[in-house]
Amino acid sequence: MSLSRDEVLKIAGLARLALSEEEVARFSDQLSAVLDYVARLDELDLRGIEPSVHAVARTNVMRDDVVMPSLSPTDALFNAAATSENQFLIQSILEE
Amino acid sequence: MLDRYEPVIGLEIHAELLTHSKMFCGCRVVDSVEAAPNTAVCPVCLGMPGMLPVINRRAVEFAMRVALALNCEIQNHNIFARKNYFYPDLPKGYQISQYELPIGRHGWLDIALSDGTTKRIGIRRVHMEEDTGKLTHRDEGSLVDYNRSGVPLLEIVTEPDIRSGEEARAYATRIRQTLRYLGVNSGDMEKGVLRIEPNISIRPRGSEAFGTRIELKNLNSFRALADGTDFELDRQAAVLDGGGKVIQETRGWHDTRRETFSQRAKEEAEDYRYFAEPDLPPLFIDPAWIQTMRATLPELPQAKEARYRIDFGLSPVEATALADDRAVAEWFDAAIGAGGKPKSLANWILNDLFRLLNERGLTISDVPLAPAALVELQSLVDRGTINLTTAREVLAEMLESGRDPTTIIEAGGLGQISDEAALIAIVDQVITDNPGPLTNYLGGKESLLGWFVGQVMRATRGQANPALVNEIARRRLEEKRDTAGS
Repeated sequence: MSLSRDEVLKIAGLARLALSEEEVARFSDQLSAVLDYVARLDELDLRGIEPSVHAVARTNVMRDDVVMPSLSPTDALFNAAATSENQFLIQSILEE
Repeated sequence: MLDRYEPVIGLEIHAELLTHSKMFCGCRVVDSVEAAPNTAVCPVCLGMPGMLPVINRRAVEFAMRVALALNCEIQNHNIFARKNYFYPDLPKGYQISQYELPIGRHGWLDIALSDGTTKRIGIRRVHMEEDTGKLTHRDEGSLVDYNRSGVPLLEIVTEPDIRSGEEARAYATRIRQTLRYLGVNSGDMEKGVLRIEPNISIRPRGSEAFGTRIELKNLNSFRALADGTDFELDRQAAVLDGGGKVIQETRGWHDTRRETFSQRAKEEAEDYRYFAEPDLPPLFIDPAWIQTMRATLPELPQAKEARYRIDFGLSPVEATALADDRAVAEWFDAAIGAGGKPKSLANWILNDLFRLLNERGLTISDVPLAPAALVELQSLVDRGTINLTTAREVLAEMLESGRDPTTIIEAGGLGQISDEAALIAIVDQVITDNPGPLTNYLGGKESLLGWFVGQVMRATRGQANPALVNEIARRRLEEKRDTAGS
């Protein structure tokens, strides 16, 4: 299965990545190989098997509605590239 | 425009759930306007690598209660999905939501319209998700506060059944009231815990195909919802009439200019690449759990309104006003249970009690007034022990002190004066003190009787039995005529 150039550019756009022409060609091959690998599942005869969404056969893992301690603001902001007014400071968002 | 075009409107409502902790972590749900920024955050709701979400059971139960109250079928097999998009309010790069299998589907809600008719609005889906962080824009960049990130959020989506701003408002008002009855949302639109976004389009009458729709945002009141929707319907009709095309876009409502404006064009449907959330195993809701949740539902506002009208003979206006807030309705129900007469109780509550509460800026839950005490006050008036003026004063005192009316009346000497001898003495005194009005009365100005009665009521601080005073005053004044004439 081979991904088209447009498909690769669309995926790059969704991931907010700017690719050079050389990278488009390279990732096209790589992504196609990933799809081919997953497509091997098609070789299995899965008739009569219910679809599942999870590899682990567990259900209803829940917690009680109990408040647990949060991080201190210092810890919460520790990895931020920039902060201001105890908040994460980021480049202006022009959309919305 | 309504003769040429049919409006087609659907509403999406996002409601934060009033749980103690967040949807997938133990951080406290805080007031996102008041709380200091980034004080209720942890590695899970900050989207740090390697952290695992765990579902808050109470959030699921709140969602079930809402879905049941909106007459939805409950999905037995629930899975959560990742909705992928890049925006800094989402630290993970995706929002955990529900997609193909929402918790509630195929519901409905009846709304009452101003012409007295009822209309059924279909509910397409109710699903669980998490709220996002809050951005504040500054000159030097944008600030991000993640206190709201991960707060349980319910999305309620209608079928495109709504046809006007009034219907949109009636529906949204009923949803807010229902959420408050269920105790799952405060309904505070100013704080953004309840957000309403209509999808609005029009199509030529008789056409089956839907027109191009716009999504309307920034609506922080029901009035803005109704006015914004109607503005948008007129705008789209003008565009089509002028031979133009409606553009698919997100528009905002400008509250002071009272008009909508373009915010963002949506040239193609966004690609969210939904897939099943691998960090959360499926959630099975069995019939027993649904049954348990159904049993926790209170009597809902529509049912209360109908009961007040049909069983108690109240007017639609009275029934709606009493059922508006659950605390008031339950207080009224308790007073009925204590033997109160519905019509008279409704008057007391809607007029006197509400006035006293409004003057003090309080709600019924804030005052130590027992429902049975108001019933007792009502019967004291009915028996003639006190008159209405006194009863109003006693009610104000009951609100402050929580004491029962009989105690207040005895302590304050407020009982209605029906002692004839005592009243005759007061009437005579008033006549003696006012020779001028007496002369005028005797001279033919008999309407002055009311003035004399008023003086007696004032002299007794409103406690005299008015009917008796009226009778005595007339008699004593006429006796003066006889004396004068002889």
